[in-house]
Amino acid sequence: MTPVALAALVGLAALVLYAVFGGADFGGGVWDLLASGPRRAEQRAAITDAIGPVWESNHVWLIFAIVILFTCFPPAFADLATGLNAPLCFALVGIVMRGTAFVFRNYATDSPALVSVWTVVFGIASLVAPFWFGDAIGALATGRYAWLSPFALSTGVFAVAVCAQIAAIFLIREVEAPELREDFRTRAIFATLAVWIIGVLPTAIAARQEPALFAAFLGPAALAAIGAAFALGLVVMFALARRQSFVARIAVGCEALAILVGWFGAQAPALIPGRYTYVQAASSSAMIVAFLIAALIGAVLLVPSMLLLFTVFKGPRRAGDAEPAPDDRS
Amino acid sequence: MEHVIAARAQMGTSLAFHIVFAALGVGLPLLVFAVEGLWLRTGDRAYYALARAWAKGMAILFAVGAVSGTILSFELGLLWPEFMKDAGGIIGLPFSLEGFAFFIEAIFIGLYLYGWDKLSARAHWLCALPIVISGALSAAFITLANAWMQMPTGFRIVNGRVTDVAPLVAMFPRPWATEVVHATLAAYVFTGFAVAGVCAVAWLRGDRRRQVSAGITVALTLGAIALPVQIIVGDVAARFVAANEPAKFAAMEVVYRTERHAPITIGGIPSGDGVRYAIEIPDLLSILVGFDPNALVTGFDRIAPDDRPPVAATHLSFDTMVGSASLLAVIVIGWLVTVTRRRPLFRALGVAIALGAPLSFAALEAGWFVTEFGRQPWIARGLLRTSDAVTIAPGVDLQFYGFSLMYVVLAAMSWWLLRRVDHQNSRAQQGDPAQHFPAAL
Repeated sequence: MTPVALAALVGLAALVLYAVFGGADFGGGVWDLLASGPRRAEQRAAITDAIGPVWESNHVWLIFAIVILFTCFPPAFADLATGLNAPLCFALVGIVMRGTAFVFRNYATDSPALVSVWTVVFGIASLVAPFWFGDAIGALATGRYAWLSPFALSTGVFAVAVCAQIAAIFLIREVEAPELREDFRTRAIFATLAVWIIGVLPTAIAARQEPALFAAFLGPAALAAIGAAFALGLVVMFALARRQSFVARIAVGCEALAILVGWFGAQAPALIPGRYTYVQAASSSAMIVAFLIAALIGAVLLVPSMLLLFTVFKGPRRAGDAEPAPDDRS
Repeated sequence: MEHVIAARAQMGTSLAFHIVFAALGVGLPLLVFAVEGLWLRTGDRAYYALARAWAKGMAILFAVGAVSGTILSFELGLLWPEFMKDAGGIIGLPFSLEGFAFFIEAIFIGLYLYGWDKLSARAHWLCALPIVISGALSAAFITLANAWMQMPTGFRIVNGRVTDVAPLVAMFPRPWATEVVHATLAAYVFTGFAVAGVCAVAWLRGDRRRQVSAGITVALTLGAIALPVQIIVGDVAARFVAANEPAKFAAMEVVYRTERHAPITIGGIPSGDGVRYAIEIPDLLSILVGFDPNALVTGFDRIAPDDRPPVAATHLSFDTMVGSASLLAVIVIGWLVTVTRRRPLFRALGVAIALGAPLSFAALEAGWFVTEFGRQPWIARGLLRTSDAVTIAPGVDLQFYGFSLMYVVLAAMSWWLLRRVDHQNSRAQQGDPAQHFPAAL
């Protein structure tokens, strides 16, 4: 494998990790906005506890993806930042407002008015960011930066649905109370249905309006990825029905992986269809090799730190913490 | 608004906003690490109270810093694509390393802020250490990229194309050492005086609990150590600029004519080719530059008009930085004299320490203005002009207004909350607010 291909794969990996973990945090914000029923406050508290310790490090995958793009494929970064200037700005507003609103509402505890204002901002911003990132990827795929095209807008909606799906499934295992688990399980089932229904949209729109893109959809890589994503969606649904939330968690992560790998594979070797292939956009091999070495050294420090973070906050609950949950026992 | 002006205004506003949170993100973990360590060592609850209060501040500041930093990483491309098109492949290495440092920082911030009850006291304290180290490294890596913009190196241009990129050479351009040390120390100076100032305000309002005076002592200790070193490094940096970046130096010190026995110009309003209302001290600039009244100082007459930085902005920023730092030094001396004589804090000193917060803020921002105004009209000196680097995407002025409005809201809310943190702290110790969240709904 060439260093350029390796750098592209590292970039893809960062994007997938951002989609899964950052996506789960955005989805958490969506469910915060949609919190309802008798356990509304408990749902929000569970979302806050789940996101709190990890959202900042999950967010770094995005910075990482951007840095890889401008270090290893700088002309593509310049071109993309020009063509997708508007949707990226909107996504940035979403990112900034999501993160700050989350912290503001958690620390403004003695002012209920401010807490409710920032709770609404947090929820809306959690919709805005994935929508415009999804839109940007869709617009990129059109090859003409058509970020207001129905296709790009539909990929934006699809991205929000996937984030909501990932979050609901992740949240099932974050809570102890059986009723709360049921709340998130119901939401996960609805979100999975929504992903299927909304997932038809980009394909249908591409068939009518984006002939070049639709042809790419029918290529072997894309077909395999779409098939895999759909099959994994079935696994998710089946696991949710059988209350196997751990299986659902793995399956939904793989579903996001299949969608992004499918997109990547369908347009490869193009990085920006019709403008740059990975090789055309690549910076000097000295730079790419230096980056890969830095990434290797960084990973040596990063992986154990990350494991520590997730073990402390997301690891198995200590014995006697709670009664055996009905979930996962069937 | 003209395209390039709007883009510069937006980048400048974003950086001016971010630098406050970034500097506190570098300095505050060190203070938190110190007070929690003091608590573990002495068992004094005042230090524990400080650690809890400052950690809350750190949580708010870090979140705003992280997202405003994200804006900047995108803005490199959103505003300056013509620059990043070539520069990204040359100075990507420090940015990549910063990505990792920031990652480690974010992970341990999560562990530190949410781990009070999940980790042993000692393990929790040690979680602050990676934040201290990676915070300083993040700042250093970003400053390396800035140093490259001042004196680009590590590549060749053949037929208008960048070639022979040497990433490690590009990572350490000539001003790297002075810039990195100066910028990192600036974060410590600012944090020390800002935190001491906040504590001093509480003290002036009549809060006489031990944690308030202990907070002043710990934070001013950081300021008092960092400031003298910073003044020496700043002096070395200025001499480096005089020798290697004559246009910037001429703007900093408003030198119009190349001459020996150059006077130093303090304050004043530069206009046309002279300064009005300035204080001039004969020979001093020559002495400062070359330790000799006869030393030659390069002026604007040797620099093409198109290559001159904005004089008034650069010079007044420089004088603001030097002036604020000098006043901070006076405050430190006053405090040290009081402490060494074992005298208690008195009102006038309290007021002075409180004023240290806005002064150190001014020094931080003005110092950064000097570097950046002084680099103009270049985005990468000698290589690419700022006006040639700007995006062709429409609506940059709308972007500027929109983002500026957002910064105003975020700054106001952060300010309100940080005052609240202080206030909550002076009423009673509370647990982690996240645990109180359900009750607030």
